[in-house]
Amino acid sequence: MKGVSSLGERISPINRRRLDNFRANRRGYWSLWIFLFLFLISLLAEFLANDKPIFIQYDGHFFFPILVSYPETIFGGDFETEAEYSDPEVQNLIGKKGWSIWPLIPYSYDTVIWDLPTPAPSPPTTQNWLGTDDQGRDVVARLIYGFRISILFGLLLTLLSSVIGVATGAWQGYFGGWTDLIFQRFIEIWGSMPQLFILIILAGLFVPSFWFLLGILLLFSWIGLVGVVRAEFLRGRNFTYVLAARALGVSNTKIIFKHILPNAMVATITFLPFILSGSITSLTALDFLGLGLPPGSASLGELLNQGKANLHAPWLGISTFLILAAMLSLLIFIGEGVRDAFDPRKTFRT
Amino acid sequence: MSAEMVKQETRQRMAQTDTTKPLVEIKNLKKYFPVTEGIVIQKKVADVKAIDDISFKILKGETLGLVGESGCGKTTTGRCILQLERPTSGQIIYDGTDMDTVDRRELNKLRQRIQVIFQDPYSSLNPRMKIGQIISEPMRVHGIEPDPATRNKRVNELLSVCGLSPKMADRYPHEMSGGQRQRIGIARALSLNPEFIVCDEAVSALDVSIQAQVINLLEDLRDEFDLTYLFIAHDLSVVRHLCHRVAVMYLGKLVELAECDELFDNPLNPYTQALLGSVPIPDPEIERQREHRVIQGEVPSPMNPPSGCVFHPRCPKAVDNCKEEIPGLREIKPGHWVACTEV
Repeated sequence: MKGVSSLGERISPINRRRLDNFRANRRGYWSLWIFLFLFLISLLAEFLANDKPIFIQYDGHFFFPILVSYPETIFGGDFETEAEYSDPEVQNLIGKKGWSIWPLIPYSYDTVIWDLPTPAPSPPTTQNWLGTDDQGRDVVARLIYGFRISILFGLLLTLLSSVIGVATGAWQGYFGGWTDLIFQRFIEIWGSMPQLFILIILAGLFVPSFWFLLGILLLFSWIGLVGVVRAEFLRGRNFTYVLAARALGVSNTKIIFKHILPNAMVATITFLPFILSGSITSLTALDFLGLGLPPGSASLGELLNQGKANLHAPWLGISTFLILAAMLSLLIFIGEGVRDAFDPRKTFRT
Repeated sequence: MSAEMVKQETRQRMAQTDTTKPLVEIKNLKKYFPVTEGIVIQKKVADVKAIDDISFKILKGETLGLVGESGCGKTTTGRCILQLERPTSGQIIYDGTDMDTVDRRELNKLRQRIQVIFQDPYSSLNPRMKIGQIISEPMRVHGIEPDPATRNKRVNELLSVCGLSPKMADRYPHEMSGGQRQRIGIARALSLNPEFIVCDEAVSALDVSIQAQVINLLEDLRDEFDLTYLFIAHDLSVVRHLCHRVAVMYLGKLVELAECDELFDNPLNPYTQALLGSVPIPDPEIERQREHRVIQGEVPSPMNPPSGCVFHPRCPKAVDNCKEEIPGLREIKPGHWVACTEV
């Protein structure tokens, strides 16, 4: 019965079967690996697209400009401020007494390229693979950083909203009765508020930052899970083993987390990839409307908006669209794979 | 703590308490479930009278059987004693303490002494926990045996007391048969050294050969640990085998209470007579000659019970008076209580 794997005995037969089911879904399985690969790469964005060299050897010393800030005077320059490595002057100074290794893409998401051959947005060239945007910033660099911030935002929002959603659903379902009745009405009212307008108003009143946006999107995103978890708890609170635990004197908190929550986990986990892709979409939408992340930050929505404003520069819109589409498709494929893997009817099929 | 020590400890506890004093006393217990209409403004339309004014005592060391048809309030009575349901009114006095007045901490202490074995061995064990975890959970919750090693030892002892191999501690409930699971349920109930166990249809879900094993186990444990049982059942032969006294319930009311043999040999209440008459006799000769008096009709709805004696619409001996007078429990013979005006 026991699944033999690298995880040894820790993996129970049912999880073993789920894992096998997930693997059997080739599309979901490969999507997961591709997604993880892209995510890992984007986490290392600073070393992939940056306007500072990864490594400098100068006058017998080693420097790591991405990690440490060095004044220009170290390299024989005139200014006490941090060296502008993309400046040909500075490059010349370093070239005289040493050498440097640059990232694959020598621009960060906010590096403005002043010596463009054509007015910005400029078309793809050998330097700027996907051209530049309307402020002369490299599109590839912005896509990499934009991808990262979208995923991180989505993951954080998913995590927080599932924690809140599961907690409220559990609380409502377990105690039931008036608690459930009143809170359920509150959720109905809360959920029927015009979310987009409220977000627009809030984003207009305050200067949105990453955390602020996370907060206001969280206001509504936690509702999604409450229904499922609540239903599981309404069912689970009358299980005989839950009654037995109560008769034994097990505390409510412990019953909720240990005896009923595991039953609700399948529903929750199935939902997570879809919440993740939903979160990314809403961030992109807000950015597209100009209500999202502060100006200047790398964001896919803002790039899309530029693409719309500059139809004569199709490299903006098309490349962003492709990245977004690929990212969301990967997440949906993974989500489908997870859903099928946890499907009890599928689990017990041979 | 070995089984021997547990036994000794229980003995000492027994010696300190007066055995003629009731361990559990139930006084005028009522449990009504309101039936409501409306969503926001809820209006009470009626009550389901699951338990309607019952009183009885359970003496220390005895096994009281509680029998009756489905839906007569047996299980609700058990749940009220376990404080899983809050009684509408009435008192449950456990060893001198009124369970309604105790606060949370004291209730938790009482819960160590009162345990339960449920009917369905398939749903009463958490399928995600190993047997060892299931049995040790009560000890962890109440802080008994805080040391994992001695706790494991105790789990193994409990398993062997219940006739299971200690190896089973590492298994999951789904790997076991119904009888084995019910033994796990019993081991879990015993893990806190309780003095009183509510057996809520503890053997009804098992097949007959396994029933016998579990009943014998319950009997052995009763003698070994001086347990008091409230044995809720609908199988009369099991009740006769195991119980000292038997209480019969009908539609939320107690209709007869007597010593086991007295009740079976000399039932006085017409309902008890009919209930006993419905048990087939495993001898075709006698069975064929026996006069069958099956109770007519259905059990009335506990939402709208009949006036007077609740059994009168189905009672073969009913007279006009039965429609009006609510019969109280009377002691006809010493220790034999009947609720019927016509006896």
